Amino acid sequence: MPNYREHPYDVLVIGAGGAGLRAAIEAASTGASVGIVCKSLLGKAHTVMAEGGVAAALANVDERDGWRVHFADTMRGGQYLSQPRMAEIHAQEAPDRVRELEAWGALFDRTQEGRILQRNFGGHKYPRLAHVGDRTGLEMIRTLQDHGIHQGIEVHMECTVTTLLKDGERIAGAFGYDRERGRFMVFPAKAVIVATGGVGRAFRITSNSWEYTGDGHSLAYHAGAELIDMEFVQFHPTGMVWPPSVKGILVTEGVRGEGGVLKNTEGRRFMFDDIPELYRNQTAADPEEGWRYTQGDRDANRPPELLTRDHVARCIVREIKEGRGTEHGGVFLDIAWIKERLPNAEEHIKRKLPSMYHQFRELAGIDITKVPMEVGPTTHYIMGGIRVDAETQMSTVEGLFAAGECAAGLHGANRLGGNSLSDLLVFGKRAGEYAARFAAERATESYPKEQAEAAAAAALEPLDGHTSQGQNPYKLQSDLQDVMQDGVGIVRKEDEMKEALRRIDRLRRRAANVSVPGNREYNNGWHTALDLEHLLTVSEAIARSALGRPESRGAQFREDYPEKDAELGKLNTVVWRGADGEMQVRFDPVPELSEEQKKIIEENQ
Amino acid sequence: MVVNFRIWRGDASGGQLRDYSTSVTEGMVVLDAVHQIQAERANDLAVRWNCKAGKCGSCSAEVNGQPKLMCMTRMSDLDTSQSITIEPMRAFPPIRDLVTDVKWNFEAKKRIQKFTPRAPDNDDGTWNVDQGDVDRVQEFRKCIECFLCQDVCHVLREHHLHQRFIGPRLLVYSAALEMHPLDTADRTGDLRSRDGIGLCNITKCCTKVCPENITITDNAIIPLKERVVDRFYDPLRKLFRVFSG
Ligand SMILES: Cc1cc2nc3c(=O)[nH]c(=O)nc-3n(C[C@H](O)[C@H](O)[C@H](O)COP(=O)(O)OP(=O)(O)OC[C@H]3O[C@@H](n4cnc5c(N)ncnc54)[C@H](O)[C@@H]3O)c2cc1C
Ligand code: SF4
Ligand code: SF4
Ligand code: FES
Repeated sequence: MPNYREHPYDVLVIGAGGAGLRAAIEAASTGASVGIVCKSLLGKAHTVMAEGGVAAALANVDERDGWRVHFADTMRGGQYLSQPRMAEIHAQEAPDRVRELEAWGALFDRTQEGRILQRNFGGHKYPRLAHVGDRTGLEMIRTLQDHGIHQGIEVHMECTVTTLLKDGERIAGAFGYDRERGRFMVFPAKAVIVATGGVGRAFRITSNSWEYTGDGHSLAYHAGAELIDMEFVQFHPTGMVWPPSVKGILVTEGVRGEGGVLKNTEGRRFMFDDIPELYRNQTAADPEEGWRYTQGDRDANRPPELLTRDHVARCIVREIKEGRGTEHGGVFLDIAWIKERLPNAEEHIKRKLPSMYHQFRELAGIDITKVPMEVGPTTHYIMGGIRVDAETQMSTVEGLFAAGECAAGLHGANRLGGNSLSDLLVFGKRAGEYAARFAAERATESYPKEQAEAAAAAALEPLDGHTSQGQNPYKLQSDLQDVMQDGVGIVRKEDEMKEALRRIDRLRRRAANVSVPGNREYNNGWHTALDLEHLLTVSEAIARSALGRPESRGAQFREDYPEKDAELGKLNTVVWRGADGEMQVRFDPVPELSEEQKKIIEENQ
Repeated sequence: MVVNFRIWRGDASGGQLRDYSTSVTEGMVVLDAVHQIQAERANDLAVRWNCKAGKCGSCSAEVNGQPKLMCMTRMSDLDTSQSITIEPMRAFPPIRDLVTDVKWNFEAKKRIQKFTPRAPDNDDGTWNVDQGDVDRVQEFRKCIECFLCQDVCHVLREHHLHQRFIGPRLLVYSAALEMHPLDTADRTGDLRSRDGIGLCNITKCCTKVCPENITITDNAIIPLKERVVDRFYDPLRKLFRVFSG
């Protein structure tokens, strides 16, 4: 019988990115006992990689901004599939959450007057992103981490949760292992917050790390929670494409915010060729106006490079498909050109985009102040995730909360840049607050021991009797990435997705025979094997949801249904685990906008 | 091109370098080669990484004896006619293969007095800060906690004075707090006694390896040393001046 150690808490937080840390800080501030678990070392979660900034209508740079405009921008960006109440809460509370970070030690770039400076980003009407050069995420996670360690929160670094435990209908805790020694651990808890981030490892070309295997989505799904909007995977328009080993690494949208332009091999700024109706009123008429916008001219409209990510990504794919891409399968992103306009352009670029300068110099041997970058779309973010209540962040399972990228509802069919970091703060805080409240009303935690024992036995399977006939976990993951990249990628088609589902099914059968050499001590092969179930689950959810939506909207582009469908535009896709264990799909109406919300949207057309 | 790698395999009880050869293609970094070896031939090889872009500070190791981020070390910058040796950071206890026990850094950080801001300047709870004051500490705040500087510092690596010296990374952290335009706490007493700033003899090895190009010694440690001196020895000096007229 495998044994395990118990670590009981009022509130268990799974994930130490921005959402998890903010939730833990909030829950601990109520006096609840809080434990936080994360797969990597503290401070290494995805949040650390965020570059561009955090969106909040502080109105420091343009006083015309306010939560109402931010709300309208988010709804439009999400193609009206966002949960309106979430978008409203997010826009209203983001400014306070950003100011609070400053009180905890974060230092954002400043305006002339010494206020927090804000920059332009795609889909945001006014300069709205508080930032620190292009390493905003580092500033944010370090601030939360350093504040959090003084709040009495217990941190279990390099521990992975593999299963949630339930007592009847209620959540009862979680089961996991520590990576260092492979020891099992049980976290009995009155409330559990899932803040595990995204699913990017399901695709071949991605900006995401090994951690992003959809664990939280899958843990919640298997515990009976509903997932929504899973078809909406954001392909960021600008990832590195060369050299091959860095393919997918992100090039921040901040490059375009600072005046960077996209060109094809014919030297044409192709983004001017296709401007969607929804944004026509807000887009620059010519390059001159676009440049003025990036330099802070309040009367100018944004250049088309700063249209929403779904649109920019598709335009790039079109250029490449039609033969106007570079030899490495990308297009040009040029920031060096601004030297025609700015006397000290080289210094300016290095100061505004230091880590991009560094990244290209070190990894591609390219000086971005002199020559254009080559970029192409990369898997970046999932809008879909665990369905939560807008106010409390509780999922459809009692006592199970979710926040951050693994939760859904704010971004609808497409997320605006910068709206994720603010999402983490706003809803992380709320999840912490309401989970602590939920826990306070519960008696001591108990959990069914047999669930923990079953989880332990399952976790050991890949290590039992390793043979060369067993399936290699890295190979399985890599094969799945090909299936998703080819079958359920940026451009989707019914027959290809059906084929992808069949292949996922075959991979699932192979995964049952996954086998790794070595023992339980820091065995990356074993860890990869245990992540497979999660990856397969989210991949299936993405494919089924995408198949269920025969239209093109936001991040979902269907070659066989290139237009929007007005009826589908009123529905969210829902997946859940049926009584027979099979994945089920249905469509629920998007909640009605209130009269007030309708008015705000009309005012901000 | 096929390149031979010698990777340290082992755990706390010991280990040795093992040979693995793998094919290296254009643009590859050391971490790619390690991953390729792991996927093809050493499934249980232990290695840390996250961002693959020099942003998270997870993949620290010693490549041909040099402390490096594996994700930012391009194969084309190494002499591939020879074997490439990859070892874990030596200043920390080994856990397994390339993974070391860096928990001490997190523990030691906890003891440093936390950020303590002055009262807000504005009614809405915000502060006015000059960009110039922000720029001064931004350099320190770039730190990605890769601990490569801790790895090379002889006070930790050779003399193992972890209990008496917090090391360059945490001196950078202290500098970021001390020079934070809003912070009011005084950490000089701790720096002098508990944190052992006097043990640093300014060899600048830490600065040389910092992947974020933080000028650790000149910009963080020396100014902190000066603060300590001002705080603890200045009155004496003043007294001396009084007597000597
Ligand atoms: C390169 C890049 C740049 C970005 N730039 C921006 C930007 O400029 N602005 C913006 O708003 N957004 C940006 N994003 C998106 C944003 O960074 C992420 O969506 C966000 O950080 C996710 O935060 P999170 O707290 O939800 O999850 P993460 O920060 O990813 O944290 C997830 C945590 O969960 C833990 N975890 C996962 N599974 C388990 C498990 N099974 N057991 C235990 N722990 C587990 C992980 O270890 C980790 O600690 C960017 C993303 C990337 C990749
Ligand atoms: S300068 Fe000081 S901190 Fe840096 S390596 Fe030398 S002794 Fe260590
Ligand atoms: S100061 Fe530099 S070398 Fe030291 S931990 Fe930070 S980034 Fe790494
Ligand atoms: S993997 Fe993040 S620094 Fe190397």
